[in-house]
Amino acid sequence: MEQEYVLSVKVNNNNGVLLRVAGLFSRRCFNIKSLNAAETEEPDISRLTIVVEGDFKVITQIKNQLMKLYDIHEVKILNDAVTREHILIRAGRSEEDRHKIIEIANLYRAKPVDVGKDSIMLELTGEPVKLDSFIDLLKPFGIIKMVRSGITALERD
Amino acid sequence: MLLTGADIIVECLLSEGADTVFGYPGGAVLNIYDSIYKYGDRIRHIITSHEQGACHAADGYARATGKTGVVIATSGPGATNLTTGIATAYMDSIPLVAITGNVSCGLLGLDSFQEVDTTGITMPITKHNFIVKDIKELAKTIRLAFEIVGSGRKGPVLIDIPKDITAAAAEYTPLGKSVPKQAENANEDDIEKALEFIRNSQKPYIYAGGGVVSAEAETELARLAELCDAPVSCSLMGQGAFDQRNRRYIGMLGMHGTVKAAEALNECDLFIGIGTRFSDRVIGEPAVFGKNAKIIHIDIDPAEFNKNVEAQATIKGDVKNVLNTLCGKIEQKKNSWTDEIIARKCNEPVQKGTADFPVTPEAVIRKLDELTNSEAVIATEVGQNQMWAAQYYTFTKPRSFISSGGLGTMGYGLGAAIGAKVGCPEKTVVNIAGDGSFAMNLNELITAYAHKIPIIEIVINNNVLGMVRQWQRLFYEKHFSQTTLDNRHIDYVKLGEAFGIKAFVIAKNEDIEPVLKQALEISKTEPVMVEVKIDKDINVLPMIPAGKPVVNPITEINLEA
Repeated sequence: MEQEYVLSVKVNNNNGVLLRVAGLFSRRCFNIKSLNAAETEEPDISRLTIVVEGDFKVITQIKNQLMKLYDIHEVKILNDAVTREHILIRAGRSEEDRHKIIEIANLYRAKPVDVGKDSIMLELTGEPVKLDSFIDLLKPFGIIKMVRSGITALERD
Repeated sequence: MLLTGADIIVECLLSEGADTVFGYPGGAVLNIYDSIYKYGDRIRHIITSHEQGACHAADGYARATGKTGVVIATSGPGATNLTTGIATAYMDSIPLVAITGNVSCGLLGLDSFQEVDTTGITMPITKHNFIVKDIKELAKTIRLAFEIVGSGRKGPVLIDIPKDITAAAAEYTPLGKSVPKQAENANEDDIEKALEFIRNSQKPYIYAGGGVVSAEAETELARLAELCDAPVSCSLMGQGAFDQRNRRYIGMLGMHGTVKAAEALNECDLFIGIGTRFSDRVIGEPAVFGKNAKIIHIDIDPAEFNKNVEAQATIKGDVKNVLNTLCGKIEQKKNSWTDEIIARKCNEPVQKGTADFPVTPEAVIRKLDELTNSEAVIATEVGQNQMWAAQYYTFTKPRSFISSGGLGTMGYGLGAAIGAKVGCPEKTVVNIAGDGSFAMNLNELITAYAHKIPIIEIVINNNVLGMVRQWQRLFYEKHFSQTTLDNRHIDYVKLGEAFGIKAFVIAKNEDIEPVLKQALEISKTEPVMVEVKIDKDINVLPMIPAGKPVVNPITEINLEA
């Protein structure tokens, strides 16, 4: 059955490691839904959080193929994890819009980071589904620009 | 001691036991070649005609000896010329270290003369690659490259070294030979599950791939076959993993496997795949592969499990260790099916010549087999020649069949045979080529002559690209598009002479034995070439069309139809 899986991948913080991972996904025809690469508590190690869609067989293939890359230390398919995503979004076409947007932002505890004459830029961190519904609510006001960070995740204890 | 980067490279190669390297000089590797000059009494360098030939030679050397092959090339075109050879080694899991020069660090990224992104280009065809931008990292990196090559599933690693790094000096302390990482022991539950399958089977069938050769597990394989009382097939890459004189051997399995192997596949209740990746050229239609059988898959690389076919039991581990463990736990089995299938008379096709071209590849290869006592190392090119070599020579030992299985590289065999002969000078080494493949890299005859590498080059000449022609006949309404080569008119004897190589022609059946005997005699001291003239419509049979179930192979093609 096709579903979304979150992979947490510990890699050497080497030149080209992202290219190695991305190249593997591309040549083996695996789809990346989102990818986040960031430093960890160890300076030489980065963590990639990769969201992929597929059945369990494909995910197992991805995991096994990734493990063959020399720069990869660990690949975990996350089941019980805290997942978070960050969004920057600018919306609104009039001063009136802006006020309504601020109301919605308060509801979600989104933070205004840049205010223009008609539009406003907000930032929000949360579960991806929360971000989805936030975006849906802003749609009627006209979304001017937006960027999502891709999911980051850590396993629960 | 204070050494230049180039000297460090040679010192590291020597400490890895790599005393023979193949390569081609050029601007970015001038310093390395200066060190090869200085170390000339300790390291043997074989210059080929082309970097591709050097890479195939290093690969053939590795396949024939089991050691890691080393190839050196310059930046830019030197490096790109290696890529076919590296990809060939990668697909067949061959231990190979490729060392390329590059422009100096300050010139990297500026589209400098003969600059190319070598690590970028070779990323998908190596286990790993490095670019060394700090001379302090050089020795460590080379050692690590050899470690990666030999750990787990083997394969090529490339080290790209900018020219200024080879010129700079650094303190060098020998680090000692690299030690490949040992595979973890197999999971006990997995072993138990496989054992249960084996105990409960009445019709077990063993299928061995190149992983058995790579793991040097031929003795364990033979023991397992005895204990399970199973018939055995090998993949193309597995040729020689099982002594084909053994009564249990029922031929190759797959697209051009035997009829008997196809029957065994469909009748068996347990299919034991060992050191194999279940290539599409073997499994045909995955959904019905071994449809009456449970499948056990044993391999060092778990990424091969359930990739192409679903296995009901998988064992990850070093094949030699796994087979040893299994053998220690199996009680001797006895299966009546095994005796029956071994004795069965199947309708295996026999090649026939024509009035104009009476000689068949089958007759030549079988005679070669007889005259060499099944002990030669046989390299091949790719296409019909490759399949005929696999079908008609009797491989009795691992590392005796040297062929590009995965990538299917035409032009591979001559370079590979040269490498194999350099690695195993005491063995008879024959490259079985077709006229198409021969023309691709025949320049390496120059290498064989210049370095006195006495291989036998047999060119089976049908004046067509026979394998493609065969597919055009079967699937493209006999549109022989660009596969007819009979306007070439090559005089192989003169061609050989021009290179300083004696050459002979087999055109009649009476020529086969005397010419092969003469070639074998000459090959004691110098390379020799034999052209075998055959009809253009001798096909490779049996045949299973690509992607179709491995059932009822085609054993006859009506040329009149």
